[in-house]
Amino acid sequence: MKRVLEGSQAVAEAVRLARVQVVSAYPITPQTHIVEFLSEYCASGTMNARFLRVESEHSCMAALIGAQSAGVRTFTATSGQGLALMHELLHWAAGARLPIVMAEVNRALAPGWNIWVDQTDSLAQRDTGWIQFYCEDGQEVIDTTLQAYRLAESVALPAMVVLDAFFLSHTYEPVDVPEQEEADRFLPPYEARFQLDTAAPCSFGPLVPPAVYMEMRHDIAKAMETALSRFPGIENEYAAVFGRRYGVVEAIRCEDAEIVFVTSGTVTSTARSLLENLRSRGERLGILKIRLFRPFPVEAVRRALGGAAKVAVIDRNFSFGASGIFAQEVRAALCNAPGHPPVFGFVAGIGGRDVTPELLEEIYWKTKNSDAPEKESVWIGLQEV
Amino acid sequence: MLEIRFHGRGGQGTVVATILMSKAFFRAGYHVQSFPFFGVERRGAPVEAYLRLDRQKILLRTNVYSPDHVVVLDKTLLSGIDVTRGLKPGGSVLINSPAAPTGAGSFSGFRLAWVDASRIALNNRIGSRTHPIVNTSMMGAVARVLGMPSLEDVVASIREELPGDAERNVTAAREAYEAVHFAETVKPAA
Repeated sequence: MKRVLEGSQAVAEAVRLARVQVVSAYPITPQTHIVEFLSEYCASGTMNARFLRVESEHSCMAALIGAQSAGVRTFTATSGQGLALMHELLHWAAGARLPIVMAEVNRALAPGWNIWVDQTDSLAQRDTGWIQFYCEDGQEVIDTTLQAYRLAESVALPAMVVLDAFFLSHTYEPVDVPEQEEADRFLPPYEARFQLDTAAPCSFGPLVPPAVYMEMRHDIAKAMETALSRFPGIENEYAAVFGRRYGVVEAIRCEDAEIVFVTSGTVTSTARSLLENLRSRGERLGILKIRLFRPFPVEAVRRALGGAAKVAVIDRNFSFGASGIFAQEVRAALCNAPGHPPVFGFVAGIGGRDVTPELLEEIYWKTKNSDAPEKESVWIGLQEV
Repeated sequence: MLEIRFHGRGGQGTVVATILMSKAFFRAGYHVQSFPFFGVERRGAPVEAYLRLDRQKILLRTNVYSPDHVVVLDKTLLSGIDVTRGLKPGGSVLINSPAAPTGAGSFSGFRLAWVDASRIALNNRIGSRTHPIVNTSMMGAVARVLGMPSLEDVVASIREELPGDAERNVTAAREAYEAVHFAETVKPAA
């Protein structure tokens, strides 16, 4: 049934429907509403789960590593500095092959203190071995969270469901919330391949010498490849129950596009409204929305961008000393494709700055009116200081 | 698409009013989107919240810069905040005030309306004597000024959200709906 829900509640509803057994969290704006909803669900018995209040995000992830190792389904949510504090244990969760699912509400990193949207926090975790999804609206948040459990558990890797601070986390909009029985049909109970069991004692996390470690890492690399190849099948099953499908990327009017924007998160929606506007004026804009960032869907990106004359990547994040991070990934995906289009990198909306249709249109004309990128990243909307 | 901006002070229920109105419009068959201005919240400080409604899916994910209508839950904001900032010509301004706001001339070009929501909230014992919570009264008044959604959609939205304590709020919304004053030469929308 469709209800008007906050993005944060869409996450909490998906976690309830996934029958998560252990939730652990430390509050941080703008993640707070997610764990407030979940603590209420746990207290009222709406969810049959243990809610662990911990003293830090580092402890939070440690607690989930323990819980998931004992064979139960787990969840947490965090943002910004909280995710940064978890960093060490993010590697641990992936290395231990624990399919923990986390909602990550993108928040700018301090200093200066800033609670607003900026993707650098989650993108800085791209090498930890976590699957990463970026969501566009509340419906996609609830659907992606359920899919993330299926995918994570099928390849034994943790997954992050990423949503924009405020523009998604604190925005109310109509969301179709699945019935429990439908969710159960899609997502069966979690069955661990290995778990802590006093009846069958074994050792977890011992010293691993060079003779074995490399193979273990290679297994993670293979699991990521499997995740990419297996996800369309999982989405088919989801679509069979719920009738909704998003893809690892979505190519919007790319077939005949001269310029293709590469977007992620809520910027995609605003770009869709610009696309309608520009198309009505005869401009051939397309959009490639990246939904799955890890594993990175290289083939799908090459296919969608292959016919474009120019590509403009819009990054709400930055890797200092390099460029916008999606732009890096897109360039890396294209560089071995013969005759690929030039990639223009634009940085916009940093630290919660609004990305308006006017700003996106400025990016469109800058791209259209330049033969080649003037530099790796052009920062849009900077004020003169 | 219509965009409505709500002005209030922290503690008056401004954000809740915006959310409940979005639910009322959703009942009336609209696509809706509502969100607060993403700032730092403090009791008594100026608060803004936004509501978008449309017959089709809403794609814009930005702040609201040029609203079609403005709702002001606290008339003391008028001295410090330009509540008509970006307001489209001919848009309505609904103010919680016992009488026509002073300096009503500054609203020329807009449809000015007011309602004594503080008195209605007090009469219905919503909030305290010093801090009446005016949001549900203002919801009734908004429905009157815009001519939509129906008062019954507003009432249903209040009942759904405030199950234990709904009836005083429902009465307040109904009273406010009937108590809206319009500046001369302006007629209600429906």
